[in-house]
Amino acid sequence: MSLPVRVGTLLVAFLAVVGVAIFVVIHWLLAGPQVITATSAPGNHVNLVLQEDPQTTVTDRPDWVSYFIQDPTTKQWVHTTLFKVPAGATVNVTIYGYDGCTPPRNPFFGQVTGTIGNVEYVDGKRLSTLDGWYSCTIGHTFSIPSVGLNVPMGSPTTVAANNALCTSSPCTSGPHATMKFSFKAPTTPGNYMWQCRIPCGGGFIDGFGGPMQTIGYMTGNMEVAS
Amino acid sequence: MAAETQAPATGAAGREPNHGLRMAVIWLILAVAADLVYWFVLGPNVPPGHLGSAAQGQQFDINVMSVMCIPVVLFVLVYFGYALITWRHRAGDDEDGPALHGNARVQVTWITLTSVIVLGLFAFGTYELIAPAGSGSGEGAAPIWNAPGARLTVAQQTAPWVPGKQALVVQVIGQQWKWTFRYPQLGGFETPNLVLPADEWIQFNVTSLDVIHSFWAYQLGVKADANPGVDNVAYTKTQRPGRFTVRCAELCGLWHGAMFNYGKVVPMSQFQAWASATKAQFASVTAILNRCVPYATTYDPTVIKQKCSGPVMVKLGLTSAGGGFYPPQDPSQP
Repeated sequence: MSLPVRVGTLLVAFLAVVGVAIFVVIHWLLAGPQVITATSAPGNHVNLVLQEDPQTTVTDRPDWVSYFIQDPTTKQWVHTTLFKVPAGATVNVTIYGYDGCTPPRNPFFGQVTGTIGNVEYVDGKRLSTLDGWYSCTIGHTFSIPSVGLNVPMGSPTTVAANNALCTSSPCTSGPHATMKFSFKAPTTPGNYMWQCRIPCGGGFIDGFGGPMQTIGYMTGNMEVAS
Repeated sequence: MAAETQAPATGAAGREPNHGLRMAVIWLILAVAADLVYWFVLGPNVPPGHLGSAAQGQQFDINVMSVMCIPVVLFVLVYFGYALITWRHRAGDDEDGPALHGNARVQVTWITLTSVIVLGLFAFGTYELIAPAGSGSGEGAAPIWNAPGARLTVAQQTAPWVPGKQALVVQVIGQQWKWTFRYPQLGGFETPNLVLPADEWIQFNVTSLDVIHSFWAYQLGVKADANPGVDNVAYTKTQRPGRFTVRCAELCGLWHGAMFNYGKVVPMSQFQAWASATKAQFASVTAILNRCVPYATTYDPTVIKQKCSGPVMVKLGLTSAGGGFYPPQDPSQP
């Protein structure tokens, strides 16, 4: 093999390796879920709509529970847990709970904190505490620790409803609970992590692995913009 | 050292000065000055401070160690500098140095002195571990060094607290990614805020509900592992009002870095007011806790489920406390 051919082969091989590396970085490492910007409403209010599902059939992890956020423009459900709100705004949240009940490990997180009035409305009923140990009432929580927000998510409450949950995500029908609450976004811009506190990562250590530790499923970021 | 440097005078240079004595005097002056400056200026500001007895003890230990280390460092520097100046090669001086001989007196002095230092530090370290009841570290479920008025049985921990006579029991519960604190002697309420009364012994019972965490109240000088199914006891005596940070010191998952909070030490009157207000704030959730788990040093779902599950939960086959608790097949990853 002549020298130019050998040099050419080496160069092509080198470029191929670099190309693969760049592809991996861009396609896998830097890729992340979409950020949804909450819609503005009068009086420095914004609206945010989410749902939590018992499965994620739109991904390669179909058996993982997951949150979805509704794109306010297209009204399509997006598989993401990243959303953006303005600093200091009142965030009006609606969450559809399609997943069945899972008792919290610590019933302390059955108490609503950090919302306006420290209450939420579950199917229109004003509540400040849900007993998820005795009754089938809590599916997940929506918690932003750094702002003291903890809102237990209601669930279908009967045996029949829990045995007939929606099987294809994003869910559009099936037994569910509807939660509504409002909270004040921080006045300091930045990223504020949020998470679920119910051990719903079935099959993982203590139920706290898998989707519980993966952005885009049961945890994410609230971006507070100035 | 003195024997080596006090070698017979060389003929050409006349009588050699006593280099050992010179160095010793220089070193002694510098060491005393540096130690005094350290002890009185820097020492009182060394972390973790003196908000709790454990922190105070740790600061004292660090200061004692520093006061002992500073002279050693200075000795090396003085010897190095003196040797550079005095014994560097000069043009035309090709003479050999004096021969070295053993010196029994130096050897005995060296061995005796170092033995005394090592044994003294052993005694000092042991005392410093015992006197502040474990120096703020987790001692497991059956501590060897107990604080005055410490209460260890579950029955003792739930009896009403008598300030000044008994340690205040605070159960520290780690869960991804938040600390909560339960006060069993004050009605068993749980809160995300750690507030402590000043000038009181505190007994921390540290545990976890999921993975391994580590409770680190930095300015209090308390650090104890939080393991699921384990009751890890640590003590400190609060000294004065102030604020401290609470961190997780064990990598515990995605948001480990967000697992921190601030706690505070307040005067007794403020503490009692805070306790009353917090008890009222979390009354509804405390009622659930007290009905199902009046107080437990660890929380085992397999026990809890037998006490609290309603009929729907039973039919659905759900335990009261969700999730497994390290069953034999864990860790299992699908």
